[in-house]
Amino acid sequence: MKNIKAVFIKQILDTVKNKTVFIQFLMFPIMAVIMEKAIEVENMPEHFFAKLFAVMFVGMAPLTCMSAIISEEKEKNTLRALMMSNVKPWQYLISTGTYIFIMCMAGTVVFAVLTAYTGAGLARFIFSMILGILLSEIIGAVIGIFCKNQMAATSMTMPVMMVFSFAPMLSMFNEGIKKIAEITYSQQISNLINGIGTSEISAKSIVVIAVNFVIGLALFAVAYKKKGLE
Amino acid sequence: MEVTIYADNIVKSFGSKKVLDGLSFHVHMGQIFGLLGPSGAGKTTLIKILTGQLHHDLGTAQINGVDAANLTGEDNKKLGIMMDNFGIYERLNCYENLKIFAEIYGVKNDGILNALKKVGLESAKKTSAANLSKGMRSRLRLARVFMTDPDILFLDEPTSGLDPATSDEIHNIMLAEKDRGKTIFLTTHTMSEAEKLCDDIVMINDGKIVEKGTPQEICRRYNHQRMLKIHLSDGSDIQLPHNENASDKVAELIKNGRAETIHTTEPNLETVFMELTGKGLAV
Repeated sequence: MKNIKAVFIKQILDTVKNKTVFIQFLMFPIMAVIMEKAIEVENMPEHFFAKLFAVMFVGMAPLTCMSAIISEEKEKNTLRALMMSNVKPWQYLISTGTYIFIMCMAGTVVFAVLTAYTGAGLARFIFSMILGILLSEIIGAVIGIFCKNQMAATSMTMPVMMVFSFAPMLSMFNEGIKKIAEITYSQQISNLINGIGTSEISAKSIVVIAVNFVIGLALFAVAYKKKGLE
Repeated sequence: MEVTIYADNIVKSFGSKKVLDGLSFHVHMGQIFGLLGPSGAGKTTLIKILTGQLHHDLGTAQINGVDAANLTGEDNKKLGIMMDNFGIYERLNCYENLKIFAEIYGVKNDGILNALKKVGLESAKKTSAANLSKGMRSRLRLARVFMTDPDILFLDEPTSGLDPATSDEIHNIMLAEKDRGKTIFLTTHTMSEAEKLCDDIVMINDGKIVEKGTPQEICRRYNHQRMLKIHLSDGSDIQLPHNENASDKVAELIKNGRAETIHTTEPNLETVFMELTGKGLAV
């Protein structure tokens, strides 16, 4: 437990001073607040920007932060120092993942306040966000483990993040993109959130998210087996 | 004297490449033990095996009589490991860098401050690691090791790339630890460092021990390298083997006034290593 706590303290101390990572937690919640307050368009769905940015946040922040933190620690050999101090790889991953999860949940609270969901709607929103955040963290961890350094991680994170973060938005305007986006967890998170109050949770969404989880975990297992954490 | 580190016939391969090939030695309590070898000789691998971070294929590796592969958390608290490439958190200050590891080892605030004081970084505790000089970074890594006041210190090239003055400061810190009864396992490819600090050394090359003993013993063993270096009045130098056959020649040079200065050149660890392996240590 003390090892997990130590890594957690490190993440708090370090990422607060790491603008690249910290801005990921703030950018979309702040943008959502501004857009919700500043823009009013006739016939625009209720809380359009809050829901849009919530999905983009899920596809971007946990994924980018996880890969950036792991790859930086690998590149700078700080991860090695932790491992040589008897911090186990699973302790490091749990701790880093928990830190990012908490930070993303703080962002989720902002979106929840903006959407003004209550009761079952709020529960569904938070449940959807949790699923998305966890899946994005797994994908971020896969990238962080696979890449030797930050530059390689950034090059790999960008296209992956673009797909998961922007596909749900682009699918609003293009049926072709929507058909492809339907197989991604972020599109299903978008469907779950946008359907609050109008439709039930579809079995398709749950199945697609579950399949995404299985693929993510399998990729994680392959990456970890092949590269380890050092 | 009690043996603290015991290695017998350690063999380690990565794939088909044998990195360590039958290493045997032991280190006594309170000694500074030097492991000398060029880069890629297997020094870091050996430290990893001795500290239980890596498992060897064959042989015995023990710390205080406990198999290195079975070291417990309590055993580990008695070990301090500083690898030359251990990173430090650039955005954090010196105190915060140590605070993370203090949590892991259960060290209180006083322990952090004492470690900083020991390496002379007390006044820099609020300085961001990004603003530290190379020497200060090395001292911060050392402070990380000293926090738990370990009985055995594994220091992997602690003065690599440092200027002589900073190296000297770190040498003094190590000698002070030795005086406190600590055992230091030092890897280096700097000969003067080994000669100055180490009670016993082992030289390795391509994973094999090529020589071991005290620095003085080893140099004595290779005394045939001893030469007479004579600077002549015409500005040139000549070297003669330091034996009776040279006496007539030396006498002649002195007699006719051609010899300006005469020096003996003793073998040192660098020349011994070169003779043994055909290459220098700082490879």
